[in-house]
Amino acid sequence: MGIEQNFRLAIKSLMSSKVRALLTMLGIIIGVAAVIVITGLGSGMQRMMNEQFEQLGANRIQVNIFGRGGGSRIVDTDDMYQLMEKNPDYLTGVTPYISVRTLVRYGTEEFKRTNVIGVSEDFADMASVFGETLKEGRFIQYLDAARKQNVCVIGSYINETAFNGNGLGQTITLSGTHYRIVGVLEASGDLVEGGGNDYIYIPYTNACTLNGTSEVNLFMFSCPGEDTAAIAKKIISDYLYSVYLSEDYYYVVTSAEMITMMNMMISVMMTVLVAIAAISLLVGGIGIMNIMLVSVSERTREIGIRKSLGAKRRDIRLQFVIEAGTTSAVGGVIGIVLGALVTTVASPILTGMMSGMGGSGSFNASPTAGAVAIAFGVSVGIGVLFGYLPANKAAKLNPIDALRYE
Amino acid sequence: MSALIELNNIYKIYHMGDTSVHALDGVNIEIQKGEFVAIVGQSGSGKSTAMNIIGCLDVPTKGRYRLNGVDVSTMKDDEQAEIRNKMLGFIFQQYNLLPKLSVQENVELSLLYAGVGAAERRRRAMKALQRVGLANKARNMPNQLSGGQQQRVSIARALAGDPSVILADEPTGALDSRTSREVLSFLQELNREGNTIVLITHDNSIAVRAQRIIRLQDGRVIYDGPSDDPKAVVQPSDTDEEVAE
Ligand SMILES: Nc1ncnc2c1ncn2[C@@H]1O[C@H](COP(=O)(O)OP(=O)(O)OP(=O)(O)O)[C@@H](O)[C@H]1O
Ligand SMILES: [Mg+2]
Repeated sequence: MGIEQNFRLAIKSLMSSKVRALLTMLGIIIGVAAVIVITGLGSGMQRMMNEQFEQLGANRIQVNIFGRGGGSRIVDTDDMYQLMEKNPDYLTGVTPYISVRTLVRYGTEEFKRTNVIGVSEDFADMASVFGETLKEGRFIQYLDAARKQNVCVIGSYINETAFNGNGLGQTITLSGTHYRIVGVLEASGDLVEGGGNDYIYIPYTNACTLNGTSEVNLFMFSCPGEDTAAIAKKIISDYLYSVYLSEDYYYVVTSAEMITMMNMMISVMMTVLVAIAAISLLVGGIGIMNIMLVSVSERTREIGIRKSLGAKRRDIRLQFVIEAGTTSAVGGVIGIVLGALVTTVASPILTGMMSGMGGSGSFNASPTAGAVAIAFGVSVGIGVLFGYLPANKAAKLNPIDALRYE
Repeated sequence: MSALIELNNIYKIYHMGDTSVHALDGVNIEIQKGEFVAIVGQSGSGKSTAMNIIGCLDVPTKGRYRLNGVDVSTMKDDEQAEIRNKMLGFIFQQYNLLPKLSVQENVELSLLYAGVGAAERRRRAMKALQRVGLANKARNMPNQLSGGQQQRVSIARALAGDPSVILADEPTGALDSRTSREVLSFLQELNREGNTIVLITHDNSIAVRAQRIIRLQDGRVIYDGPSDDPKAVVQPSDTDEEVAE
């Protein structure tokens, strides 16, 4: 009864004191906007991850090795090649990923922060996993590794800073040895020293020599298909167990598992952030309760008049609950608009930042319909919930005391 | 035939710390359907207290109040609200219109709470406004009207629900003498049409417009009879009392 009149009155009283209304709604606005932004960015991130996953292919297996375990043996690249040759149906390629500590020099210029990595010829297939694409020349080949050729593929940072973009065919010095540049990589994002574009890839055999050990911490396998990845993973794990006699020293993960983990991590992160935002909604609810209590005592006389005309408790309660619900719903809508705006503005900025960090896939955040619906529902719910107490207080007022109230 | 309003040995006692005030001190009043009664008395004599009880806005500390044969003195909040809505119409000294609602919406309020549909509500509100000659102001806001007009709106609001009793507490208290006369004439007219009216005033010249006068003093009825009896308008010597206190 009289719902639309109550609703209209609520809007009217919001409009008649805009600053107060805005302050009342602030908590709700911030909370809702935060939820919209977080979920928008989160789902954008998830989309980007999934895109990268498609790029990377579902048929990769990453192997991390942490140490030597109980045994004194180590697993080197040749062991992995042998494992591959024994299981041609499940493993089709492998590259080590060896970080090299070395001094990079061109003429008198030194590049102290450049990442030097040793890889096999199979890296060519899997370069996209590491966010690399070839711009010109070639990747490391079988003979480079077999004959320990002094060749390298350089990132765009050195290509631009040392060679003005014409590095192909030139030479660069690694620990005093000249390396011929046989390939140049595509730039992705900003050129920063030591950043995503500042890499040099050399044959893994050379890397082992430079490091003085054939120990490897990271391998990347490729297998024929996603469906056999689990079997391939078991083959690798079993082999590593036979060497290390413990599961503590290695970690084998397929790309499907990786992406699941990533998605889970993003979800957990999002949940945590949304929970934090929910605190703001709670504070907003308390703000609404506070202002409704003020409103009830300001309008005690009105309540008395309404009661003298026959308003029952539930009529008065409904009036104030609707007012509280309307207030927070309006706050919710403002929050949604604000959140959508922030998401839209932040999306391209974040895309820039991501590619600067070496990510490929495009990052495109937009508020999700589900989040909008839930945010709106939650804000109305909060208004109703926190409005109930003041509304009930109003409903229970004694008519004669209310009428006499000045 | 039982009376429309039947106050039976009504007490209203306010406790203020260790003292207690007997606002009503054993009041017996019967009012028949169709009567026009003025309740008079000095300030603090208990007039408003009596009206609040008659109007189901308050409950007596002791005693029984029957309205139209039904005991309402022990009713719960919402039951009393129902009675107020269906049987009682109030006119207050300060008009008590809701400032954020239009004139028409104010008049519709009791119908709204009675659950009357929008179209019927509008029709009855307009009819009530026509009766007080303010149909053309239906869309105005209360603060756009003069005091006298606002009081007429509040009369229309009291009439809209077609109540059994109209209760008016100092309805002319805030009006000038000419507008006061208009309002009084209007109440008399309503009475002639069969409405039961209880008017509260401390002004004898107004009280004599009613058929019957009930005079209160210190929460007791000290006169109850026709308004043309000379005793009706005799003020008890208040000097004695004040010295006594
Ligand atoms: N809520 C209350 N608490 C305590 N005392 C009260 C209360 N309401 C009324 N009284 C006392 O009851 C007595 C009667 O008050 P009431 O309002 O009925 O007087 P009245 O005849 O209407 O006076 P007036 O002509 O000034 O309006 C007064 O002494 C008043 O102080
Ligand atoms: Mg009074």
